Amino acid sequence: MNNNRRRTSFALALSLGCLVAPLAVLAQSVPTAASVSASLPAVTHEADSTGANTGTSADVSVATPGRVSLLDLANQAGKNKVAINMTWTLLTGFLVMFMSAGFALVETGFTRAKNACHTIGMNLLIYPVAVIAFYALGFGLMFGGVGPLGTLGGYAGMDHEAGITLFGKTFGLFGTRGFCLSGSSYDVGLFTLFLFQLVFMDAAATIPTGAMAERWKFSSFFLYGWFVAAIIYPLYGNWVWGGGWLSTLGTNFHLGHGHVDFAGSSVVHMCGGVIALVGAWMIGPRLGKYDEDGSPNVIPGHNIPMAVLGTFVLAFGWFGFNPGSTLAGTDLRIAVIAVNTLLASASGAVASTLWMWLVRSDKPDPGMMCNGMLAGLVAITAPSAYVNAFSALLIGLIAGILVVEAAFFVERKLKVDDPVGAIAVHGCNGAWGCLALGLFADGSYGDGLNGVAGTVKGLFYGDGGQFAAEFIGVAVNFIFVGLASYVLFKMLDLTIGNRVDSDTEIKGLDVPEMGVEAYPGFDTWLTEFGMVPPVIKKRGAKHKR
Amino acid sequence: MKLIIAIFQPHKLPEVKKCLDEVEVHKMTVSNALGAGEQRGDPESYRGVKHETNLLKKVRLEIAVNDNFVKPTVDAIIKGARTGNIGDGKIFILDLPEAIRIRTGETGSEAVG
Repeated sequence: MNNNRRRTSFALALSLGCLVAPLAVLAQSVPTAASVSASLPAVTHEADSTGANTGTSADVSVATPGRVSLLDLANQAGKNKVAINMTWTLLTGFLVMFMSAGFALVETGFTRAKNACHTIGMNLLIYPVAVIAFYALGFGLMFGGVGPLGTLGGYAGMDHEAGITLFGKTFGLFGTRGFCLSGSSYDVGLFTLFLFQLVFMDAAATIPTGAMAERWKFSSFFLYGWFVAAIIYPLYGNWVWGGGWLSTLGTNFHLGHGHVDFAGSSVVHMCGGVIALVGAWMIGPRLGKYDEDGSPNVIPGHNIPMAVLGTFVLAFGWFGFNPGSTLAGTDLRIAVIAVNTLLASASGAVASTLWMWLVRSDKPDPGMMCNGMLAGLVAITAPSAYVNAFSALLIGLIAGILVVEAAFFVERKLKVDDPVGAIAVHGCNGAWGCLALGLFADGSYGDGLNGVAGTVKGLFYGDGGQFAAEFIGVAVNFIFVGLASYVLFKMLDLTIGNRVDSDTEIKGLDVPEMGVEAYPGFDTWLTEFGMVPPVIKKRGAKHKR
Repeated sequence: MKLIIAIFQPHKLPEVKKCLDEVEVHKMTVSNALGAGEQRGDPESYRGVKHETNLLKKVRLEIAVNDNFVKPTVDAIIKGARTGNIGDGKIFILDLPEAIRIRTGETGSEAVG
C-alpha cells in the first residue's frame, strides 16, 4: 500500500519533472513558478532486494523540507544531467588512462629483450612527467579560451584566447586561463575536463617512444616529455579543440565547420605520429637495421603475445577515447560512436591481415594484425561521431591497407627505422581519419558545431568546404608539429645528445642506461644476436639513410 | 680431426657466422654461455643497490673440422670476433678421436665433412 502510493507520487513527480526540466532557466528567472509545490509523502526505508522501489521523490533535494517545488524538480533534473555527463566523462577518461598500459605492452613487445626495461620505462615515465607539465602549463594553453563548458555544468571561467587579427578575422593561438588549476579554475566541471584531456595528451606523448625505441638516451627522452606535454601538443590542440584558428575556419572562411576532429585523429594521433617521424628520422636507424646498400634487415620484437595483449588493451581503451569525447553521457550519439569505433577496428585488422596474407607476403602476420586494428581505430577517431556504420567499416578497411603500405614506405623508401610502426599507425592514419571525416560525414550530427549552423557534411554529402578544412588541419599539423619537434630534438641533440653510444646500443640499453635487465636469469642473448644479420658497419660510423 | 671451441661476445655472432660462411664452414653448434675472464664484472644496480655481475654473457661456438680446415676456421672466427678490447674471448682446439653421423652411420672424416 505504502509502496503503491510512493510509486504514484513518484510517477507524478517524474512527469512534472519532464514538463519543467526544459523550463529550468525560466523557473529561475520567474520566482512565482517555484511557488507551485506539492507536499512529499512520508517514506519509510525498507530493504529493497529488487531495486524497484529505490530512488524516489524522497531522493530529490528540496529547499523546504517536506515540500517539493517545480524549481526543486528542475534543479534535480539539471543536476542529474550534469552528473551523468561528468560520471561518463570521468569513467571514459579512466579507460583512456589505461591505454598507457596498452602502449607500454605494444611498444615493449615489438622491441628486443635487451631494451625492454628501457622501452617500458619510457612508457611509464611519460605519464607522470606529462601530467605535471600539462597541469602547470599545457592545459591552460590548450583550453584557457575554450569558453563555457556546455555539458559539464557551464563554468565560464576559461574565457581568454590570445590571438592575432589578420584581414579583419581573429586567429586564436593559445589560451591564457587555467594554469595549475588554481584560483578561479577550482571548478568540478573544469577538473573533469582536465582529467579527460590530460589522458589524451598522454596518448600522444607516448607514441614517439615506440618509434625512437632501442637507441634513445633516457635523459633526452625525459626532457622531451616536458616540452611535448606543456607546449607542442597543447598549441595544436588549442587550434582545433580550444577555440583556436583551425576551429574557426568555418565562421571565418565558410569552410564547413572548421577543422573538425571529434576525438583526436589529428590532435592526438597525427601529432604523436609526426613527432615520431621527425624523431626517428633525426636519431637514425638502429645499428644493423640497414645494410650499406640501404636494404633493410628484420629486427624481430621479443614478445609478440605482449604486443597483441597491448593491442586489445588499446582497443578496449578506445571505447573511452571516442564515445567519451561527447563529454556527455546524456548525448546518446555515444551508441553510434561506440559501434563505429568497433566496426573500424574490425575492418582495419581484417584488411591488414588479408593484405599481408594475399598481396604483400604469404602469411597473416600477427604484428601487422595489431597494427591494422590500431590503424582502423586511429582512422575512425576523428569521424566516429559523424559517419554511418558502413562508412566506418570502409574507413577502417582503407586504414588497414594504408598501414601496411605506409610501414613499408617508411622502412624502404624513407629509410626511417620505426621499430613499432608508430608512424604508419598514428601519423599516416591520423591524417587519413581527418580526411575521411571530410569525405564521409553524413550530416546526421554536429548541428551548430564551432559556431556554424547546420550539421557536419563531408564532400560525398555535399560540403567540399568541410574537406578543405580537414585538409588544412592535416597540413598544418604536419608543418607545425614537424617543425616544432625538429627544433626540440635539435636542441636536445646539441645539448645532451639524443642517441646512446654504439657500445650501449650493442649491449642493449637496459643495463647501461637503466641499471637492470628485464629478464635476469633468462638466456636471451643468443636469440637476440642469432636472429639478426651481420652488423656490417663499423661501430660508431655515421649511418647512411 | 679437431674440435674447435670458441667463446666470444654475443653481438659478434652475426659477423663470425658471415666470416665462416666466406671460408665455406657452414656447420656449427652455438649456445649461450656465461663466463668470467680478464674483462671482470659489469656494474648493475637494482632498486638503488649496486652489484657486480661477474659472469658475463658470451656465446660458445663448437665446430668439428678436418685438419685442413682448422686454420681457415680459426682465422675466420678471429676475423669476426676480434675488437681488440678485453673480453673478446678465447678459442680452444681439441683432438677429436671419432665422429659419427647418426643418420647414415658414417664415421671419421666423412661424418665431419
